[in-house]
Amino acid sequence: MSPAFTPLRALAGGVLIGGSAALMLLTVGRIAGITGIVSGALRARTSDVAWRLWFLAGLVGAGVVLGGLWPSAFAGQLARPGWWSAVAGLLVGFGTRLGNGCTSGHGVCGIGRLSRRSLVATVVFMLAGAVTVFVVRHAGGPS
Amino acid sequence: MSRRGAVAALMLVAGAMFGGGLALSGMTEPSKVIGFLDVLGSWDPSLAFVMLGAVAVYAVAYHGLAVKMARPSHAARFDLPKLTAIDGPLVAGAAIFGVGWGLAGFCPGPALVAFGAGGTAALWFVPAMVLGMLVHQFVRPRFDP
Repeated sequence: MSPAFTPLRALAGGVLIGGSAALMLLTVGRIAGITGIVSGALRARTSDVAWRLWFLAGLVGAGVVLGGLWPSAFAGQLARPGWWSAVAGLLVGFGTRLGNGCTSGHGVCGIGRLSRRSLVATVVFMLAGAVTVFVVRHAGGPS
Repeated sequence: MSRRGAVAALMLVAGAMFGGGLALSGMTEPSKVIGFLDVLGSWDPSLAFVMLGAVAVYAVAYHGLAVKMARPSHAARFDLPKLTAIDGPLVAGAAIFGVGWGLAGFCPGPALVAFGAGGTAALWFVPAMVLGMLVHQFVRPRFDP
């Protein structure tokens, strides 16, 4: 097991994420799925765009503020070229739309609602991620 | 405050809380995500605790509160997913997403937070992710009946 094990920080972060998703559910009645929120904001239906943009402003804004105050939260960057990140981003963008959700929408909200669909999606993307890390580690050296 | 103003404030807070939670949890460190996915190597199970904490809070909010409410406090109705089928697009999409997640160590939320922090990898990843979503939006209707 890795020496970097940080269960309490992870649990506290998870509680904040779950609390945010709960706030969204109980106030605007929507799923706090980042994929759904972003892709919905890309579609031109103005009545449904404002709440998405406010949420995204808070999300990206948290990064702007924390990047200055607490840069170590963004340590652990991989030594990969830009094209590698871009290919990964393309796969993530396309895949999350095709599968109707990502770690937040399926992994947190879906599983919290006991959705079988979300449970299957979560198992599949975790397995695919684990296989990918295994292959990269053995074919491409340290990541 | 008007409902529109209240929703804006609530969503800004929810977004900041979500981003803060991701940063606190370690999800904004790609090497930590890779460590979580590296089950056959130097496995770091920390991120399982992120899901545990988030799912526990959300499950209480959903099963304990939301299901008993006629409607949410700031909208006319709950707008939750109605799909139940476990079909090809769900599995294929999740698999494609997982490959990208394993390559970069970013899923969409943490990537957007890291984008705000100005990380180089996220500055490549996020525009490509948006492009991937737009490609899907363009291609998908051509395959659906």
